Amino acid sequence: MSTDIGVWIAAFLTLGILSFLYKDNPFYKVSESIFIGVSAAYWFVYMIYNVIEPNLLGNLQKGEWWYAVAGILGVMMLFRLIPKIGWLSRWAVAFMIGTGAGLNFIVYLQSNVMKQIRGTLAPLNSIGNIMMIVGVITGLIYFFFSAEHKGLLGGAAKVGIWFIMVSFGASFGYTVMARISLLIGRMHFLFSDWLGLLH
Amino acid sequence: MSEKLRRKGRGCRKGGLIPLAAFIFFLFLWDGAWAEDLDTLPPSPPREVTAFDTPNDAGGSITLTWRKSTDDGTGAGDVTAYIILRAERKEGPYKEITKLPAGAVRYEDTTTKDGVDYFYKVSVSDGVNISESPPSQAVHSKAQWFNFKRLNMLLAGFILSLGIVYFISRARAGKELYIRKIAGLDAVNEAVGRATEMGRKVFFIPGILDLDDVQTIAGLSILGQVAKLTAEYGTKLEVPVCRSVVMVTARETVKEAYLDSGHPDAYNDEIVHYLTDDQFGYAAGVDGLMLREKPAAIFYQGAFYAESLILAETGFSVGAIQIAGTAMPSQLPFFITACDYTLIGEELFAASAYLSREPRALGSIKGQDLGKAIILFILGLGVVLETLGITGFSQLFTTQ
Repeated sequence: MSTDIGVWIAAFLTLGILSFLYKDNPFYKVSESIFIGVSAAYWFVYMIYNVIEPNLLGNLQKGEWWYAVAGILGVMMLFRLIPKIGWLSRWAVAFMIGTGAGLNFIVYLQSNVMKQIRGTLAPLNSIGNIMMIVGVITGLIYFFFSAEHKGLLGGAAKVGIWFIMVSFGASFGYTVMARISLLIGRMHFLFSDWLGLLH
Repeated sequence: MSEKLRRKGRGCRKGGLIPLAAFIFFLFLWDGAWAEDLDTLPPSPPREVTAFDTPNDAGGSITLTWRKSTDDGTGAGDVTAYIILRAERKEGPYKEITKLPAGAVRYEDTTTKDGVDYFYKVSVSDGVNISESPPSQAVHSKAQWFNFKRLNMLLAGFILSLGIVYFISRARAGKELYIRKIAGLDAVNEAVGRATEMGRKVFFIPGILDLDDVQTIAGLSILGQVAKLTAEYGTKLEVPVCRSVVMVTARETVKEAYLDSGHPDAYNDEIVHYLTDDQFGYAAGVDGLMLREKPAAIFYQGAFYAESLILAETGFSVGAIQIAGTAMPSQLPFFITACDYTLIGEELFAASAYLSREPRALGSIKGQDLGKAIILFILGLGVVLETLGITGFSQLFTTQ
């Protein structure tokens, strides 16, 4: 059994979080509060040292003064705390939404449209290709919102949702396996690092 | 025949029998060392070394091309490597920047400073001897305004944007734009109504990503519609978030919804509150809130990762009506399994337009549908051409 106080605290908190499976209880509440508090503080410090310091202060020190614009937008977010000029924070939010949407437009257009089209354009010379092409076309028809899913369009959309559901089933099974490995990791910590029963 | 091979050949003919016998004698004496000692002739140097600024890039790169040494693959066939040398003055000193295997005819130097002139030499080695090409002409790297290799992206973006702008202008002009029913959205009223009847809260979880993610923006758009309903019905709404900027925007969204519905007095900042940026810390916090508050309806609208099932299972255990929506393919199966209704992928983006009937949102959905119709046509045509063995069409969609 471990003699490290840190391992004991980690084991207590792990069991506290797992006790949630039984029902809400004081141990869970304590573990949850510590988890939220510590992680919020951790991310606060992380943001200062990994975002503000290298990306803003570091660049300003190098004389790249245009980074001050980002700093000013960041400060504008804090104007919410002063009701009279709180509206200025909207500018910073608008800038963030606008740039996010603009940059993602190109990213999605490339990865979700152009590359998918390129990948789907294959000859009908194998069962695999036929399945892929039918799946993509009917799946796309399912996400067509301008017409009611009736008749031929409805039939194609139904085939499309079947393809989608089959892929979800495969994804579900794959992810469950990944989650079980996470559980095994925590169990290994309890039985090995804490109790020392496994070597 | 390469110069090196010719010189080697002449050497053997001139020698005659006596030197040949001496040669064999030394072979026996020095065993394996003879082969290295014999090769004193360098391989022929690479020819036509050309350096130029790499086209269609953002600068910081110079490309070199050359014709292989005649002893690489042919001739003596003993070339082992090409060595790229660089200097900032023609007379040198030249420094080695990389070594490439035999057969190489091109190298992209991505360590250049824009605007600085560089000279390059390409050396060739056979493991013992080295010969150098003459220096290249001076060349410097610079950024280009356009990447012509991405012209297809520009065209696709332009056509899609044009369609969206056209349909938005139609919607603004008062034209009725049809959008089919989206399963799950009709249940929004039902879910909020149920919470009202039971006197319990409505929870809205806007995902765990920041505001630069489109799914978060779509989720907040739906939050506006849900907040309008909760304001009208007098139902309590709670929005725990894990990003500070999302908190700010969600507060604005809810405040505006309460104002629009004529109940500004019912709004307070506590409706939207921050928990933590940490993924599982956030999940633990929301789970605790669910168990204690026992909401009658829970909306998960935005980007989710591994916490999706943890949240949805807890919501299910407290008996809430759950409506999820995300475009994260790996999380959709969990929401479909644990929630009553799930908006799949693009349905999330169409949902806010469907609920609000706002011209800009409706026009955007119609514009995207036009894009899908064009893609369906392209797929049909492209597959036929590919099947007929015409592959040029599909190359138009290759991107960088």
